[in-house]
Amino acid sequence: MRKRTLTISVGLLAVVCALVFVNIRVSRADEFTKEDLDRWNAEYMSVVKQGRELWTSGTLGTNGVACAQCHPNGANTHPETYPKFQQQLGRVVPLRDMINWCLQNPLEGKALEANDPKMVAIEAYLSYERRGVPIDPGKH
Amino acid sequence: MCDFHISRRGFLKSAGAAAAISTLPVSMVELAFAEPEKNFTFAYISDSHIQEIEGAKFVRNWDRGLIRAVAETNLLNPKPDFVVFGGDLAQLGKKSELDHGAEMLAKLNYDVHCVMGEHDYYLDLGKYWSELYGPHYYSWDHKGVHFITLNSVLTYDEWTHERWPTEMQRMIEMAGLDNPNGSPFMVGDKQREWLAKDLSKVKTDTPIVLFSHSPIQKIYKGWNFWTEDAEQIQELLQPFDNATVIYGHVHQIQYNQIGNISFHAVMATAWPWPYPETYAQAEQHMPKLTVPMNRADPFFERDATGWQLIDLNSGRVAMRYNLYNNTNRTVKYNPATNQPEDEAYQQPESRVAPQIHY
Repeated sequence: MRKRTLTISVGLLAVVCALVFVNIRVSRADEFTKEDLDRWNAEYMSVVKQGRELWTSGTLGTNGVACAQCHPNGANTHPETYPKFQQQLGRVVPLRDMINWCLQNPLEGKALEANDPKMVAIEAYLSYERRGVPIDPGKH
Repeated sequence: MCDFHISRRGFLKSAGAAAAISTLPVSMVELAFAEPEKNFTFAYISDSHIQEIEGAKFVRNWDRGLIRAVAETNLLNPKPDFVVFGGDLAQLGKKSELDHGAEMLAKLNYDVHCVMGEHDYYLDLGKYWSELYGPHYYSWDHKGVHFITLNSVLTYDEWTHERWPTEMQRMIEMAGLDNPNGSPFMVGDKQREWLAKDLSKVKTDTPIVLFSHSPIQKIYKGWNFWTEDAEQIQELLQPFDNATVIYGHVHQIQYNQIGNISFHAVMATAWPWPYPETYAQAEQHMPKLTVPMNRADPFFERDATGWQLIDLNSGRVAMRYNLYNNTNRTVKYNPATNQPEDEAYQQPESRVAPQIHY
């Protein structure tokens, strides 16, 4: 008896889950509005803005030097070419390894973790300034 | 043409730890005349951006650039007639930065003529710089050449005098090369009137060499590779058989010819800048004549920085770029084509891969 009740309960739960799943798929998954797009873009641009602020700030390192002093508008960073073989490091690296190299050397500061919101913001800013350029991994 | 080299013995003696130096890069300017005895040279150092961290601490990297350029210029043999410093001695125009830079420049064993840069100007509008280096614009004659220095980094009065709550805020806004809150450089009415008057006393067959911080031509407005009244100044120079404009600010090799006017940019001692074409969103007009410098390798701290020796031959400039981690280059006026050309790389087939910027 107990076993049968359990079986029915599990069966019902499965049906409910399936219904919920189907319901979400039908009414949500491939439907988004212009408002959604605007909001997502605004979220992205707010991080780009943070990245721009970090890029032009003298506070990322220890000597007051800002990334933008050598890379105005993020130029000459070539985000579309990474990961690539960085001959000075002798291995294939993502762009963030070069960002960290600059933080540690010309800026005399500390490297950022890959998931540090500051690193994400800098990557978002550099890609934004490079928008429209086709990706070309490995290019020198 | 003069054959210049650094006296190696002198260098070894004064440098001490010279074992690491295998080549001695120098960039210079030669003015050579039809009669070779009239030829002379001067050296050009620019854009040192001496930057205070706090107190007596300054950014080591930028200090080293200026120290090296001064040391090497002092070792030139034969000696240049004088040195020009092309502006942006300081990063934020502070007395401490200008003093620290001036102390290093004072080690030059030559007369120095200074050009105002925006980083020297926008804190106190050039007041302290003037105490060190005199008037913001002036002219002089030397061995048959008329030299002019302009302050080309002025801008609209409203921007300068009314827009910013503090002098430091104004300085910081202009110091950011790509800052949309900046404002276009200009020479302005007052100096242009002075220039017209100054040039009215000069015969049109006299070679003219004009020094400015910004290019007296329009290349890319977004980074102020630009002078708002460039055409009006060019118009004043066009009646002369032979005029040359030498400018800093851009931290890279550029050259161009517009009518009778040759244009040459100089390297920075502090850091190199990307060419505007590498900014995907830029509408830019880099002179087609320019063969770019090699792309910088950031792992070599002084790469793509340097200084120049300038030879004046028949009043025409030969710009010798002293590039620390690259092959030195010479960009020289070619009378056959009536334009400056690189001695090695001018033809498309002679260019090398690192000269491709994207």
